[in-house]
Amino acid sequence: MKIIWSRWVLAAGFLTMSATSFALPPSPEMLANACAGCHGTNGASAGPSMPSLSGQSKVAIVEAMKGFKSGERPATVMGRLAKGYSDADYEAMGEFFEKQKPIAYKQALNKAKIAKGQKLHEKNCARCHIEDGKEIKDNSPIVAGQWLKYLQIQMDDYSSDKRKMFDRKAEKMKPLSKDDLDAIAYYYASVK
Amino acid sequence: MTINRRNFLKLLGAGAGAGAAAGLPMISHAAEIMPNKARRVVVIGGGYGGTIAAKYIRMNDPTIEVVMIERNKQFISCPFSNLVIGGVLKDMSSLTISYDKLAANHGIKMVYDEVSAIDPAGKTVTVSTGSISYDRLIVSPGIDFRFEEIEGYDAVETPKVIPHAWKAGEQTLLLRKQLQAMPNGGTVVMTVPLAPYRCPPGPYERSNMIAMYLKNNKPKSKLIILDANPDVTSKGALFKKGWAKHYSEIIDYRSAKKVTQVNAKNMTVTVEGIEDIKGDVINLIPPQRAGAIAVKTGLVGPDKNWCPVNPTTFESTIHKDIHVIGDASSAGAMPKSGYSANSEAKVCAVNVVALMNGRETQELSGINTCYSYITDKEAVSVTGIYKVAEGKIIAVPNSVGVSPDLSELEGIYAESWIKNILTEMST
Ligand SMILES: Cc1cc2nc3c(=O)[nH]c(=O)nc-3n(C[C@H](O)[C@H](O)[C@H](O)COP(=O)(O)OP(=O)(O)OC[C@H]3O[C@@H](n4cnc5c(N)ncnc54)[C@H](O)[C@@H]3O)c2cc1C
Ligand code: HEC
Repeated sequence: MKIIWSRWVLAAGFLTMSATSFALPPSPEMLANACAGCHGTNGASAGPSMPSLSGQSKVAIVEAMKGFKSGERPATVMGRLAKGYSDADYEAMGEFFEKQKPIAYKQALNKAKIAKGQKLHEKNCARCHIEDGKEIKDNSPIVAGQWLKYLQIQMDDYSSDKRKMFDRKAEKMKPLSKDDLDAIAYYYASVK
Repeated sequence: MTINRRNFLKLLGAGAGAGAAAGLPMISHAAEIMPNKARRVVVIGGGYGGTIAAKYIRMNDPTIEVVMIERNKQFISCPFSNLVIGGVLKDMSSLTISYDKLAANHGIKMVYDEVSAIDPAGKTVTVSTGSISYDRLIVSPGIDFRFEEIEGYDAVETPKVIPHAWKAGEQTLLLRKQLQAMPNGGTVVMTVPLAPYRCPPGPYERSNMIAMYLKNNKPKSKLIILDANPDVTSKGALFKKGWAKHYSEIIDYRSAKKVTQVNAKNMTVTVEGIEDIKGDVINLIPPQRAGAIAVKTGLVGPDKNWCPVNPTTFESTIHKDIHVIGDASSAGAMPKSGYSANSEAKVCAVNVVALMNGRETQELSGINTCYSYITDKEAVSVTGIYKVAEGKIIAVPNSVGVSPDLSELEGIYAESWIKNILTEMST
């Protein structure tokens, strides 16, 4: 019998027997590959409404999955899908997607709305969505370069109170009109 | 296979190969057209399973040569083809992919040809110009039909008059044309085979698309669904809700009505040999089995229809070094869908690469999702997560579920799903 040690086996603390009689538990890649049939290879979505996960922060993905599982965050399919995985799986998949290079597909976007959105972003959102939404701060997700339609659906969920906001976020978002939120969605979609 | 130096040494050294065990190396007539210089995986079929297996092998180990053999230059997707039948999509163009970018991006060698035979002992496949050897073979040929179970069905002539439209393309367009040509007040008959068949919710989504077309264009018409199954096989409550909400005047659903006979001249189908039902348009979906090449190679199990596989590697339990994925395989609880084929292909690819590099394999983690349209806007979905337990692929407890209701938002996401999965397959 041939015993091959991999770093991962050692890390997981498993004693393997042989390549034929024993299969390792699914790797982060194995787990995440299954998501790509909807979210795109390595999480880079070809759009137009499915969100990209490539390059998203691990923290944001884990938070999102927990919110989907508990039902706190509204969803069409993710609430059901999240139930099939453990917190450790979320962490593993989050780490995998965080490492993937984001691919910004070209979106046709209205320039006036982008300009309006940029101003609103700087005034209201830039303290948490830092670097024009390209970087994370605490557990705020990366929003830059996300698909417009997806961002618009999120804005709708917020303004209709389907999706809960923590106080600081609500304080900034509540006073904004639907048009304002739409403009901000255009702006984030435009950031490369 | 031809005896080149490499194979000869292998035969001498191994002694365990079936050819050597039989005392004689197997000699096939066809000459090797692509000498195997390193390590090679051959993939049969460039559909939902095959494209992804080829791509993910190259992504995981670019030192393995991958040859994909597909009979057609272009692939037309069954998923979303029901929308062409309903007239939501004008043609098949958004559902058609070619392989150039996939091949270029990942260094996959394409062979556009029909595989006419597989030699599991000699580890070669035969195409029209000769033979191609492999170290491992991945077979994803989809389905073929059990025409012989329908009396009066001529495999060539009948579908020209009574389309199945269960392989997308000409057949899809024929059914669409027939519906357009039918008079207002006519009857459409559609038949559903006993499960398992390709895409459990597919026939019911089709019924919605046909009924929607009739409602909007020929409202005096009827659609009779003859279902061989005791009830709707997938998302039953949601489909029934959709029928009641939108198509109660059009759809006449009859369960446990197995069609055993067809008469293309009289345009009738016969239920259980007794009851004749006439249609102006008939969409007969015959029972199915694994693609012909899998059957011919003896990859199917005792049921003679589907290919039993190891749930971790998708290696055939009948022939060594041959892996079967997609509709053709018996993948336990995973349904026969495009999403499953995609997910299985990745599991298979990761484990084939592991095996070829002497590394441990890893357990399957799979997903299935099927979106079905109720109208041109509303859709519903079924989702499930799969794993291996006690040597079988099972659904993770509580992970299989359907939409709470008909949803326009799901219709919007479904459009992105087809775009993403076809992009996965073609880039
Ligand atoms: C109407 C309809 C709607 C559907 N909707 C959905 C849906 O919404 N979602 C979903 O997930 N699934 C859906 N499906 C199911 C989906 O189409 C199949 O499950 C999927 O195509 C299976 O993939 P596969 O790789 O096994 O076979 P295929 O995708 O059929 O690919 C097989 C390929 O192999 C090639 N081939 C076969 N034999 C040979 C040979 N000997 N030599 C060379 N090439 C060969 C064929 O030409 C073909 O390109 C639907 C099916 C139908 C009919
Ligand atoms: C059937 C298609 C589908 C599959 C499969 C799928 N997703 Fe999703 N995902 C969606 C949709 C649609 C949304 C938007 C929320 C909703 O309506 O469910 C989403 C949203 C998300 C989000 C939130 C993104 C953001 O920035 O707001 C994350 C994170 C996510 N998915 C992770 C995953 C992971 C991890 C997997 C694999 C285990 C997965 N998804 C599998 C369709 C899918």
